[in-house]
Amino acid sequence: MTAYDSASVIPDTGFWSHVCARGNELTKQAGIGFRRNPLGALGLFLLVSIVLVAVFAPQIATHDPTQFNTAERMQPPSAKHLFGTDVTGRDIFSRVVYGSRISLRVAFVVLVIAVTIGATLGATAGYLGGLVDEMLMRITDVFLAFPSLILAMAVNAGLGAGIGSAMLAVGMAWWPGYARMIRGQVIAAKNNLYVVAAHSLGASHWRILVRHVLPNCISPTIVQLTLDAGYVVLTTAGLSFIGLGAQPPTPEWGYLVSEGHTHILTQWWWSTFPGLAICLLVVGFNLLGDFLRDSLDPRLRGTGA
Amino acid sequence: MQRYILRRLVFLVFVIVGVTLLLFVIIYMLPGDPARAAAGPGAKPEQVERLRIKLGLDKPPHIQYLTYMGNLLRGDLGTSIRTRKPVLMELKTYLPASLELALSAMLLNVLIAIPLGVFSALKPGHLADTLSRLFAALGMGMPVFWVALMAQLLVAGRLGLLPFGGRLSTGALLPHHVTGFLLIDTLLARDLPLFKDALIHLLMPAATLALPEVAVTSRLTRTSLLDVLEQDYVRTARAKGLPERRVVWVHALKNALLVPLTMVGMQVGWVLGGSLLVESVFSWGGLGFLAFHAIYKRDFPVLMGVTLVMCIVFVLSNLVVDILYSYVDPRITY
Repeated sequence: MTAYDSASVIPDTGFWSHVCARGNELTKQAGIGFRRNPLGALGLFLLVSIVLVAVFAPQIATHDPTQFNTAERMQPPSAKHLFGTDVTGRDIFSRVVYGSRISLRVAFVVLVIAVTIGATLGATAGYLGGLVDEMLMRITDVFLAFPSLILAMAVNAGLGAGIGSAMLAVGMAWWPGYARMIRGQVIAAKNNLYVVAAHSLGASHWRILVRHVLPNCISPTIVQLTLDAGYVVLTTAGLSFIGLGAQPPTPEWGYLVSEGHTHILTQWWWSTFPGLAICLLVVGFNLLGDFLRDSLDPRLRGTGA
Repeated sequence: MQRYILRRLVFLVFVIVGVTLLLFVIIYMLPGDPARAAAGPGAKPEQVERLRIKLGLDKPPHIQYLTYMGNLLRGDLGTSIRTRKPVLMELKTYLPASLELALSAMLLNVLIAIPLGVFSALKPGHLADTLSRLFAALGMGMPVFWVALMAQLLVAGRLGLLPFGGRLSTGALLPHHVTGFLLIDTLLARDLPLFKDALIHLLMPAATLALPEVAVTSRLTRTSLLDVLEQDYVRTARAKGLPERRVVWVHALKNALLVPLTMVGMQVGWVLGGSLLVESVFSWGGLGFLAFHAIYKRDFPVLMGVTLVMCIVFVLSNLVVDILYSYVDPRITY
C-alpha cells in the first residue's frame, strides 16, 4: 500500500458527514448555551415566531390588509379587530401581520447590500494593502463620518421616497462597518503560514482570498449581521416614519406608526401595535446577536458582555 | 496634543470635501430633476427651464460642485428653495434647538447610565444580570419615534404630567435671542417662570432620545467596570485598606469610563439622527423639522446644509472625546 492509498482510506468520513457532525456539535453547544443564556433562546423564539407569521400571513391575518371598510372605521381593539381599525376601517392586526414580510425582507436585502459592498472593498483593501488600502479606507472614513440615519436620509431623499430606495439607502450607510471588519480579518489572516504555503504552491490571488482568507471572516460577520439586523430594521422604519421609506398602501411597520401618529390621543391603538411589532423583531435580533457573539467568541465567554 | 488636534481638523476639512461630494453625487446626479421638483408639480416647462438656469443646474456637474464649494468657503450655503431664505440663516435659526435637545439628552444619558452601570456591576447576580440585559435589549430595540408617541400618550395624555410638545407654552414670548438655547436665554433674561416652562417642555423629548443611549451606555459601563475591577491595581487599592466606595468610584471607575466615553462620541451622532425622527412628534422646531420640510419640498440646498452641519457636529464631538481621553487616562498622549 502506498502512501497515496492510505490517504484515501483514512478520511472515509467525507465532506457531508463532516458537516453533519459539526452541525450536531453546534446544535448541542447551542442547547447548552441557551440554558446558560435564556435571553438568547428568547431572541431565537421571537425571530422564529415572526418568520412563521410572515410565512403564514394569509392564514393568520383576519382581514385583507388593504381593504377599506368605512362602516368599521376607528374601532378600538376587539375580538373582531384584535388591534382595532384605522381611519379607513382597515384591520390593523392584519396590516401588522403582513408588515412582518416587509421588515424581514428589508433586513435581508439591506444586509446583503452592505456585506457585498463591505466585503469587496474590505477584502481588496486588506489583501492588496499599500496605496489601494489607503485610498479605500479614506473613502470608508468619509462614510463613517455620517451618522447612519442621516446618510440614509440624504441618499433616500436623493433617490426619491419608496421602500426600494430606502433599502438601498440604508445599505449604502451600513457597508463601512463591514469593510473595516473584513479588512482587519484579512490582514490578520493573510500572513498565516497556510496562506504563504498556498501562495508558494501557485494558487491564484482569487483562490487564496476566497478559499483560505475569507473563511476566517465568516463567524465575526455572522455575529455582526445578527447584531446589525435590528438597527437596520429600526433605521428603515425611521425613514418610513418621516415619509421617505414605504409609501401607501404598503403596510410597513414604521409607516403604520406614522399613519397613526396624529391620532395618538384619540386612537391610541393605531400607532401602538405596529411599534410594538418593531420592538419584538429588533429585540429578537439583538438578543440572538448577543448570544451568538458570546458563543462564537470564546474570549467573551462568561463576561456577560 | 496640539499637532494631533490640528491633524484632526485637517481631517475635518477632508470629511467636508468628501461629504459634500458624496451628497452632491447622491442629490444631483441620481434620477429625478431637482429643477422640476423645485418648480413644483404644476410648473410649465419654460418655468422649469428658467429655474434651472437660475439655480445653475444647467451647467456641467463638476462646475456645479466647484461653484458650491467656492460659495461654501465664503460661508454661503445657497438659498432655500422653499422659503427663499439663505440656508445659513435657516441653520442658525434651527440648529440651537436641536443642539439644546441633543445635549440635554446626552446629559441625561451620562447622569443616569453611568451610576446604573456601576450599580449593576457591583451586584452581578444572576437575576440582576438578566434583567439588565433585558432592559438594554428593550431600550435599544424600541424605535425612538414610537417611544416618543408612547410618552405623549401616557405622560402627556393620560397622566397630564408634562406638556404635549413645543419648546414653550403657546402664547409665551420667546426670550431675547442670545444663544438660541432657551434654557440659557431665559436665565440670561432672568425670567424664571419662562425657564421653568422651557425646562418642562424639554424634559420629555430629551428623555425619549436618551432612552436607547442609556441602555447602551449603562451596559458598556457595567462590562468595562467588571473588567477593571479584576485588575491588579484594584486589588492593591483594596489591600491598602481603602474603603470599597473609593476603590470603585474613584480608582476603578476612571479607567472603566474609557469605553463608554468612546461610545458617547458616537452617540451624539445617533441622538442627532434620532432628533430627526422625534422633533416632528414633539413639534420641536429644530434641524429635524427643517429636514422634514426640505425632504417634502425636495429643497436640496437645505437638505445639504442640514446633513453637512450634522456631520460636522459628529466629527467634532468625536474629537472632543479623543481629547477627553488623555484627561481620563494620562497615559494616552497624541
